[in-house]
Amino acid sequence: MNIDYHALLPLEILGATILVVLVVDLFLPRRAKAASMWVSFVGVVASLGAVLSLVGQGPRVAFGGAYVVDAFTLIFQGFFLVAALVVLLISYRYLRDGGFYQGEYYFLLLTAFFGCVLMPASRNLLMLFLALELVSAPGFLMATFRKSDIRGNEGGLKFFIIGVLSTAVMLYGMSLIYGLTGQLELHAIAEGLTGLSGARETLAQVGILFVVVGFAFKVSAVPFQFWAPDTYEGSPVPVASFLAVASAAAGFAGLLQLMFVAFVGQWEFWAPIFALLSVLTMTLGNLVALRQRQAVRLLAYSGIAQAGYILLPFALVSGDAGVNQSAFTAAVTYILIYSVMNLGSFAVVTAVSERRPSLRIEDFAGLMKSAPLLGVAMTVFMVSLAGVPPTGGFMGKLGIFSAAIERGGVGYWLAVIMVINSVISVGYYFLIPRAMIFEEPPAEEVRVRVPVLLGTVVTIATAGILLIFVHPNPLFRLGELSSLALGG
Amino acid sequence: MNESSWQEWAITITTFLPIAGALVILLVPKDKDKMIRGLGVVIMSLAFIGAAVIAFQFDYGRSGELQFVQDAKWIPVIGARYHVGIDGISMPLFVLTYLLGLLCAIYTARYVPSPGKTKAFVALTLLLITGMAGTFIAFDLILFFVFWELVLVPMYFLIAVWGSANRQYASIKFFLYTLFGSVFMLLGFLALYFNGPVVDGKHTFDLQALTAFGATGGYAHTFQLIVFGAIALGFAVKVPMWPFHTWLPDAHTEAPTIGSVLLAGIMLKMGTYGFVRIALPVMPDGAVAYAPWIGALAAIAIVYAALACLAQKDLKRLIAFSSVGHMGFVMLGIATLTTIGIQAAIFGMVAHGVITGMLFFLVGSIYDRYHTRQIADIGGGMSEVMPKMAGIFAFVAIASLGLPGLAGFWGEIMALLGSFNPNTTVGLNVGLYRAFMIIGGIGTILTAGYFLWMLQRVNQGEAPVKWKEHGFRDILAVEWVSWVPLLALTLVLGVLPSLILDTTASGVDAVVRIVTG
Repeated sequence: MNIDYHALLPLEILGATILVVLVVDLFLPRRAKAASMWVSFVGVVASLGAVLSLVGQGPRVAFGGAYVVDAFTLIFQGFFLVAALVVLLISYRYLRDGGFYQGEYYFLLLTAFFGCVLMPASRNLLMLFLALELVSAPGFLMATFRKSDIRGNEGGLKFFIIGVLSTAVMLYGMSLIYGLTGQLELHAIAEGLTGLSGARETLAQVGILFVVVGFAFKVSAVPFQFWAPDTYEGSPVPVASFLAVASAAAGFAGLLQLMFVAFVGQWEFWAPIFALLSVLTMTLGNLVALRQRQAVRLLAYSGIAQAGYILLPFALVSGDAGVNQSAFTAAVTYILIYSVMNLGSFAVVTAVSERRPSLRIEDFAGLMKSAPLLGVAMTVFMVSLAGVPPTGGFMGKLGIFSAAIERGGVGYWLAVIMVINSVISVGYYFLIPRAMIFEEPPAEEVRVRVPVLLGTVVTIATAGILLIFVHPNPLFRLGELSSLALGG
Repeated sequence: MNESSWQEWAITITTFLPIAGALVILLVPKDKDKMIRGLGVVIMSLAFIGAAVIAFQFDYGRSGELQFVQDAKWIPVIGARYHVGIDGISMPLFVLTYLLGLLCAIYTARYVPSPGKTKAFVALTLLLITGMAGTFIAFDLILFFVFWELVLVPMYFLIAVWGSANRQYASIKFFLYTLFGSVFMLLGFLALYFNGPVVDGKHTFDLQALTAFGATGGYAHTFQLIVFGAIALGFAVKVPMWPFHTWLPDAHTEAPTIGSVLLAGIMLKMGTYGFVRIALPVMPDGAVAYAPWIGALAAIAIVYAALACLAQKDLKRLIAFSSVGHMGFVMLGIATLTTIGIQAAIFGMVAHGVITGMLFFLVGSIYDRYHTRQIADIGGGMSEVMPKMAGIFAFVAIASLGLPGLAGFWGEIMALLGSFNPNTTVGLNVGLYRAFMIIGGIGTILTAGYFLWMLQRVNQGEAPVKWKEHGFRDILAVEWVSWVPLLALTLVLGVLPSLILDTTASGVDAVVRIVTG
């Protein structure tokens, strides 16, 4: 078989880096273990370069259609690798000063990102499953990295048990689909599923439902969400940021492929399910978030609510290709914007956790005075998560509203529900800025020094969020471009 | 810069000058307090000059048409364009924004409310000005919405950081209320977009295109009923119409002086302007169906606000409630769907901006002397301790109650005249509107009552000994500078209402023609 090695280059580089990190760690003196981060960093940058080298060369196919490089793939791969850089930078001080095993951590983190990078290119069930597991399995381990913390253990165990269970259900669903159609490739499945009737149709629907369950767990959709807050809270903060952003985005990348390509013909069956999932997820996430007084848990529930928003475009799928296109664009765009603001807020939380590991809302008191950079940035991120101008979050929501109204019918109702949810969310997104701005910092913290790496990440993310508002077109273009995958 | 490119860029430059100035101010070190205040005045002066030049070059012979147009690509993917321009309806509000903005900047040169932080205060005020001015010149619905929402965040901070005791509650209430209304408005805009006209194979948010489409009955009747409701909700909260007004007294009472001035002077007009500019012409059927209800709410607001004013003990809260009543007259004028009514509305907006803006300046300065806003604590006798201040206070209060010859008169009387003869061509019930007129008339009497009573309690009588001993400084130079333009306008608009009415006439005519069909 003739393999297109260039198409696989990002994965090859990342895979090699993973091995190097694992080996290098053995030879590093105890004091210099943190150097693994820089090795990983260089590898990820090289991998990102490989992704860029594939831009503008038209679609490439490897492994007989199981691995496809197109606009959708490149956008998500680029995004995941940038997210990897950010998580690495956030992790550096946290891991070094926290007394963690660093070599192992960076090995696991890169492996999980390997799964993320594989996900958007995967165009058959087996590859999708492989990618999803590559994201999940290291995640289980990283979630329990705070070994001596009882909450870390509890959160990790919950994550593991629910994760394994949902994987099993999903795999069963995939086997049903395969049994019915005899196909693994997504387009072939779409063909195979058309025109089924009677018991075979029911079986197909059960299969789809089970697959959706597996992904619903990954993106922490209600009712598969309850691992998220405990796991986030118990994990090291950088791991929580990975779970909230990269892991969830990988889940959505897979789900987009499945729903908009493989199962699109069955929309009459599953679109209402997604409508329900979306409404429940955003509403429950928002209502419970209102009661949170710990920053990471608050972000966890906010993440659940946001997952509800991203699920909404799925519920808009219908026989109308134009609307599907808008829904797809809206979902992709929102995922990208959401990731920027969420990574940014986790970066700020990481910085604060250095002095105040309990991360209660009060621990942010006076941050605007003691560390103006973090204060301004966190305010921008929270305003953006709430979807209020002048921020990128508003543009993201605008895309979803717009797709919903374009869909008409059920879209109107979903839009109204999301609008009400957005207003509710202001209630908790303002808690942290309020503490930062209106309360006095503790006497001993007149001035807090922000670590250089974190400061850089936070500054770039803040600028990005504001820039997306002023000039959103490139991002929408990315979202639109990515849906060209629909045709191919 | 040559003539035509100035024509194209004038609005953009003037609108974004304050925000650019805010960025410059961010670069100035925090401790250069004087320099920041000075810069604020300079930036707002330049912006005001820009607005004045636009007003001067504006072709009043064609005031019904859009001038100084700029129309460029913005977000092609969702069909939003950067389309700005100005016509006779926008002009008075646009200029008023810059006038009040400049006067506030001058006032800030002397007064920065506690807890200081001049840099942030000036920068946020400038941001606010851009948002408000932009609302009046945006001719693309998404652009309009962006400017509309741009106002929220700075105003929230102005109240929450520089406000008085109960500022946290008031600011979040303001934020949530307005956000709640405006998100429904956004959904309404999107519905207009997707059910609207198709230009070159694409939908459009362009207000002129949508108006042309709506005017020719492009939107179905039931569609208009639903969407008008959604959009009107957003505007109604901002106005605020009774019963959505409860955020206003809180926000005003807690806001710092210039926050109140800008809130009352301009921000409330964004809502009424939205009705005239967007809701009425784009959805004429919806407007006709909702008009009696709007009229009824307006009539209730007038009387309710007057009664509430009679019960207020806090001077600033009293002025805030009076705003609800004045905006009631504006909405009553709009609800008549007649030329005279809508003319009254726009005149009322400007007059209210000038007069109530001035009243809030005065209340701020009175508080600055007495350190209390409780009428009972002030205890009367202001004309004894501060004769000039008391004189101006009386003048402005009387203007506000609608004395003929001053600016407050025309908006009210024309709104009442409009409801005597509402637009019967579209089937508005004359009897009902005459009832509104009578209720409104009773409201004017009550309004005169509470203002005079307020003057009696504040200005007249024997001043308490402690204030006499305390000895206040009467009006300061900086106050004269920031107030004289408003006092002059109060008089000029009262004598020459045609200054505004002539500018808005043909634009309003066009709106009424569309609604009448």
